[in-house]
Amino acid sequence: MPTATVDPLVMNLMVFVLAVFVGYHVVWNVTPALHTPLMSVTNAISSVIVVGAILAAGSGRMDSGTMLGFIAVVLAAINTFGGFLVTQRMLAMFKKKEPRAKP
Amino acid sequence: MSPNLVALSYLAASVLFILALKGLSNPLSARRGNRFGIAGMVLAVLTTLAITRRVDLTLLALGAGGAIGWLVARRVQMTQMPELVAAMHSLVGLAAVLIAIAVVNNPTAFGVGDPVPVGNRVELFIGTFVGAMTFSGSVIAFGKLAGLGRLTRLFSSAPVVFRGQQVVNLTLAIAMIGLGVSFVLAPPGAQWLSFFAMTAVAFVLGVLVIIPIGGADMPVVISMLNSYSGWAASGIGFSLNNPLLIVAGSLVGSSGAILSYIMCKAMNRSFFSVILGGFGAAEGAAAATEQKSFRSGSPEDVAFLLGNAESVIIVPGYGLAVARAQHAVKEMAQKLSAKGVTVRYAIHPVAGRMPGHMNVLLAEAEVPYDQVLEMDEINGEFGGTDIAFVLGANDVVNPLAEQRGSPIYGMPILEAHKARTVVVNKRSMASGYAGIDNPLFYMDKTMMVFGDAKKVVEDIVKAIE
Repeated sequence: MPTATVDPLVMNLMVFVLAVFVGYHVVWNVTPALHTPLMSVTNAISSVIVVGAILAAGSGRMDSGTMLGFIAVVLAAINTFGGFLVTQRMLAMFKKKEPRAKP
Repeated sequence: MSPNLVALSYLAASVLFILALKGLSNPLSARRGNRFGIAGMVLAVLTTLAITRRVDLTLLALGAGGAIGWLVARRVQMTQMPELVAAMHSLVGLAAVLIAIAVVNNPTAFGVGDPVPVGNRVELFIGTFVGAMTFSGSVIAFGKLAGLGRLTRLFSSAPVVFRGQQVVNLTLAIAMIGLGVSFVLAPPGAQWLSFFAMTAVAFVLGVLVIIPIGGADMPVVISMLNSYSGWAASGIGFSLNNPLLIVAGSLVGSSGAILSYIMCKAMNRSFFSVILGGFGAAEGAAAATEQKSFRSGSPEDVAFLLGNAESVIIVPGYGLAVARAQHAVKEMAQKLSAKGVTVRYAIHPVAGRMPGHMNVLLAEAEVPYDQVLEMDEINGEFGGTDIAFVLGANDVVNPLAEQRGSPIYGMPILEAHKARTVVVNKRSMASGYAGIDNPLFYMDKTMMVFGDAKKVVEDIVKAIE
């Protein structure tokens, strides 16, 4: 294939469409009993936006943009830790039947 | 770290996130799935720290946020999960807006051309307005869920509607898009005014979109904001050319969209009628017209019935969670099991305030999850069951849903009316969110037990010898 450079937008779009497709199929397989943990874990996952925040905070300059970056890191980190922890807490509660004590 | 290595570890993190969601297909694999998610996040953060220039301060910020998150996750009650999730959506939205401002301020720090190319500006515009609407919308949703209606009417759990609301929303949406276009086309240096004006309009619009939605529709709202927060992250990923953000954002976005769809279907409501709002406000008054006779009993009567049954299906509704009766119910189920009665739970998709909420509340009370069945799994079983025990649920067991012409016709319900005997615990004969009467309560085989769910169930536990 002749390799003219593909516009980053097109590359991004490819990634986006494929990811939506994967997400669609994976999420339909989630058991309804775990929809609340699904929500809290997706919350944690969307806090991957912290990556952008870290880049903003580490721009090298010390200006308003950097400050906003730091605030964004704090906000996203609340989600990261809070989201994964609360999911873990919930999932730990889901237990199978204990051996039944018959009279 | 070379750009290729960075991209590869972002790829690995994306795969780990997908595995995290995949694990949730089963409660056993879910815990491993969550660990995959954590691993993906650690990898993503470490990789990014390796290419940033202010590691020290960033670690400090991560630690500060992490400590808050840790504390909140430890302290939160399971009944408060909807509030927590709404609050967390708002944080993602706000973070997206802050990052977008930082990008416009100093694009080269993110590897984006300076001045920002038109394509990236379009993506920034989208990421910013979705983020801003997610933020303000989630704040309103949080207020409604946390019952802060006394502070301001905006947080009222009743729908807030005014004349011309939809016209106002539409005008603001058009204004927002216009300002966005002006931001995209602005010459370098002249972009801030339209950018900030656009963001401000998006904040206002986020509030206006959520206030008309009533308390009963909260499961849809939460799912919808979940979806928005994902699209916001995705939009930021586009503008930073960061595939990890795009993948993670789209996973979350599609997840929230699917949950919204499931919730709408379970409530028999179209997505648009939820968004346009106003549901559950006026209709309630017209309901209670004629006095019909019903049979009521005491907790002792119920204990007698339950003790002599072979099979019981418990139908928990949000009333049960409000009364914090889960533990008492579990104790009752245990006592019945010990007597040889088969006890199962039937969960309607909108039994709680958010998708899957009731399952978590029962799991917290140490109800084994294999006794807890979804609507489709258990509906065929009511016919062969001795007693359906409805606790604090109403509309989700209303047989009118099967009758053409009724306001809730077509809504999927738990077929409790098919059980040989039905026991219903409610605080009074008042109607549910849908504001219509429930013929189930007046059937010959139905026994009503009035009172607070916790008190009633505790009395039943005492009465079962």
